[in-house]
Amino acid sequence: MAMHDPHKRPSRTVLVLLLLASFTLITLDARGGEDSPIDPLRSAAGEVFGPIEEGTATVVRPFSAVPDFFRTTGSLRDDVTRLQAENSALRGELVTSDIDRNRIAELDGLLRTSKDTGYALVPSRVIAMGPAQSFSRTVTIDAGTTSGVRPDMTVVNNDGLVGRVIRAHRGTATVLLIVDAESVVGGRLGSSMEVGFLRGRGDVGGNGRLDLDLVDNAVTPAKDDVLVTWGSENGAPYVSGIPIGRVTSVFSSPRELAKRATIDPLVDFSSLDLVGVVVRDGTKSDRTVVKADRDAAVEGGQR
Amino acid sequence: MIAVRALVVTGVVTLAVVLQVGLFGFLAYDGVVPNLALLVVVAAALVRGPEFAAVLGFLSGLAIDLAPPADHVIGRWALALVIVGYLAGRVRHDARTSAVAAVIAVAASSFVGTSVFALSGLVLGDPALPVAEALQVIPVAVVYDVLLTPFVLPLMMLLFRRLEPVQVGY
Repeated sequence: MAMHDPHKRPSRTVLVLLLLASFTLITLDARGGEDSPIDPLRSAAGEVFGPIEEGTATVVRPFSAVPDFFRTTGSLRDDVTRLQAENSALRGELVTSDIDRNRIAELDGLLRTSKDTGYALVPSRVIAMGPAQSFSRTVTIDAGTTSGVRPDMTVVNNDGLVGRVIRAHRGTATVLLIVDAESVVGGRLGSSMEVGFLRGRGDVGGNGRLDLDLVDNAVTPAKDDVLVTWGSENGAPYVSGIPIGRVTSVFSSPRELAKRATIDPLVDFSSLDLVGVVVRDGTKSDRTVVKADRDAAVEGGQR
Repeated sequence: MIAVRALVVTGVVTLAVVLQVGLFGFLAYDGVVPNLALLVVVAAALVRGPEFAAVLGFLSGLAIDLAPPADHVIGRWALALVIVGYLAGRVRHDARTSAVAAVIAVAASSFVGTSVFALSGLVLGDPALPVAEALQVIPVAVVYDVLLTPFVLPLMMLLFRRLEPVQVGY
């Protein structure tokens, strides 16, 4: 028990070995790039931690309503929930009206709109959120590969774009939020149809913002203009026509040619709960797939 | 007996990591949550000394790096918590004398841990993190860890003292 002798200096060997182990892991993971040799370890950990996190979320969720007991009565709370749902539905209709009008004006408008409303969603809940100390804005959702969720799928909620799936385990998946500093989303201005790139600032709080760089230098985005996703080939990682946010301020610097704008995302990232993962029509899933049509048709799941 | 000890420690670390990411709903301040794994490592350091704490720090850091919402390069939290465990273990004889000293040890550990993590991110460019944000997050993290210290640290220290093998002349 020499290890516990208070007068002996602790051996450095253990420290040096552990530091070397850490550096080796970091090097392996950082140099490996997309297919890093650590990935199997990561997915194995995902399979283990995923169900535990899911269980914790189930236990913890009822208590998250406790603070509300002190604020409002039950009936008032229900009213607020109903009004909020109504409000976000109306807001969603309002923000997409601009882009819809433009699309109809274009020849392919009708075709695209019909395609855009055909998205099928896998509903899921946020069960864990990455701490700010880790400086990356990611969340875990409780739907995984068994529900048809794959990497590079778009995640939305009833307010707008949330992010994309970066890793999917059997019962859980990791979602990169659009406010993450590493996230880049192609966006389109609702009024002028101009395209640009949105970058997150890595801030999830109430003042979480995105920066917009427009491709066309001559265009000045108007305040309160709404941005929707531009969309990528085969809808991966982002499908098109999902509202992202509103322009809050526009500025240009002499250093750069393009105008830059600050975007206020429509989604409140600090209180994320129910989200939907956009999947292809007819995806096999162990939970009910919601079709995003106006009549809210529900495709029969296997459940 | 060793297996039971290892199992209990694994359970505690897993619980700390899971609560850290799962309790965000009503505990997070601006996205910052108390770093429970760090508190466990500090408690281990104060009771068992630098070698044990460095090993535990490596393992719990690895757990934070691997648990699902994490997306950074693996090994960064492991590195941070190895250093935390070792440093906290070195000052344990002073830190065990009074509650204030223990709290200071936690504050220093939290500062060192989060800073090492942020610095490793700066070196690796993963993620491209603004220094201003790091400077905002680190003080909040320190305050939060200190606030939780009276609830977590004594409990963890008691647990590690119970788990300590019988020793001679201490």
